[in-house]
Amino acid sequence: MSENQNLSAIEMREVGVGAMRDTSFVVLEDVDWSVAPGEFWTIGGQQYSGKSDFLMLAAGLMAPVKGECKLFGTDTRTFGEAKLAERLRVGLVFAGGQLFNQLTLRENVALPLQYHHDLPSAAAGQEVQALLELLELTPLADVTPRHVSDNWRQRAALARALVLKPKLLLLDNPLAGLGARHLHWWLRFLDQLSQGHDWCDGQPMTVVVTTDDLRPWRNPKRKFALLRDKRFFLLGSWDEAESANDPVVRELLAAPLELSSASSSSS
Amino acid sequence: MRENLARAFILTDTQFFRRAPLPKSYTDFLGRKLFLCLLTLQGLAAFALITLGVILRKSRIARSVVGPRIRQEIARAGVALLPMFLFVALALGFLVIGQTVSALARVGATGYLGSTMVIVVVRELGPLLAAMLVLARVGTAHVIELGTARALGEVEALEALGIDPVHYLIVPRVIGMAVGVFALTVYLIIVALASGYLFAFLQDVPLAPGDYFKQIADALNWLDFVLLALKTMAFGFFIAIVTCYHGLAQPLRLEDVSRVAVRAVSQGVIVCVLIDALFIGLYLLT
Repeated sequence: MSENQNLSAIEMREVGVGAMRDTSFVVLEDVDWSVAPGEFWTIGGQQYSGKSDFLMLAAGLMAPVKGECKLFGTDTRTFGEAKLAERLRVGLVFAGGQLFNQLTLRENVALPLQYHHDLPSAAAGQEVQALLELLELTPLADVTPRHVSDNWRQRAALARALVLKPKLLLLDNPLAGLGARHLHWWLRFLDQLSQGHDWCDGQPMTVVVTTDDLRPWRNPKRKFALLRDKRFFLLGSWDEAESANDPVVRELLAAPLELSSASSSSS
Repeated sequence: MRENLARAFILTDTQFFRRAPLPKSYTDFLGRKLFLCLLTLQGLAAFALITLGVILRKSRIARSVVGPRIRQEIARAGVALLPMFLFVALALGFLVIGQTVSALARVGATGYLGSTMVIVVVRELGPLLAAMLVLARVGTAHVIELGTARALGEVEALEALGIDPVHYLIVPRVIGMAVGVFALTVYLIIVALASGYLFAFLQDVPLAPGDYFKQIADALNWLDFVLLALKTMAFGFFIAIVTCYHGLAQPLRLEDVSRVAVRAVSQGVIVCVLIDALFIGLYLLT
């Protein structure tokens, strides 16, 4: 157990990331990154910078084009059915939710629990109901995703990722398009998860989010990185990210760019 | 999981061959078509074997999820089609069998009635017609549903949840369609034979119902039942394989779904005809 706790949640060494739809197209190269258990990382990047593909690779859904990616010490290349338990330590929330449209929100959330524990819907009901209540989804539980707004769909996707109580939660641009009330709820709830929520028996959860707007993620406890020009840049803490004069970081912070420094850094 | 799909679908990466620049000549055109055909066959065979492997290996996994889905698919590919099949069976009986019975009676060849009905209806027309109808009604729905699910990223979502897409999406459809085609064929044959006699009776064909059904029963042997079951299940299995394969084969955009559905139905018809030819060979051998 203690050995597991010392292992990095994510360990990438000289990783090349291929596009999910065509792995021969490399979107990121030479990524070196290590995430300790309990850390909260925010990865910034503009559209088409490879954020989603990067997260897919981090979740073990695709193998690196080159290099090595380990989740809790297990090489993701070896992720197969034999290592399902390791894989289930990772929860992934897709941009837009990607819920199953034929199922209700309740069925969407219950599906992983029923599948992996072979539970009939009645047996899974109590745990699912508790999670739905926690995420304020109870009034919408019995409707299909197409009948709810993006705000609630995204929240249902979070519930589906959390139902198996993962140790590592990856979220692809979770705040995109959310209303102000939902945005605050998300930031507060993710902080609670990171610090140890009752749902996860008080254990701090490792959280990695990607975003195209760094501003809502301002928090001294979080760590920041940037995807730009097929490269992965570690920015460090919020203060370091804020003081960086990288034009893309400035854009993600919607902050004014110091032109002289920007031109020298881009050259 | 993902490697299962990848193994089958890497073989379907035919885009390169479709777009490869070649001089315009008949031989190049034919060569390209032949090569694509072989690649598709290879991909279909791999997908069929993977699905069979998952059916066998995971029969005891997640029964509470997959079991209801199998029942749902049997209802969709079987029970829900029953009214349409009854209509087609009645039409088949009145239009084809009834006329055949009365024609044979007119030339005094009622002694051949049983064997003619068994060859035409039980061995050939019944199973093939049932397969075509199920392909049209349910097979196309498979391609569209799976293609849309693929385009909307639901397959990736299943993988992210550690759920094998072949187990969750394909196995219920394959089992449902195999059982559905078998059951519907039996209904189709029984109703068509009965309604055929009814039509002949209305035309005053001098043939007692007891004689008619006795001739058919005498012409049937145990091998007909065995091969009928195998053939109809093979139809259902391979229709589901072809349609599911095309629905899931490649990452699709929504606008690709209709084109892929047309291709899947054409290939489904070809596969059914090939299976039928195989069983004709078996009948001839036995």
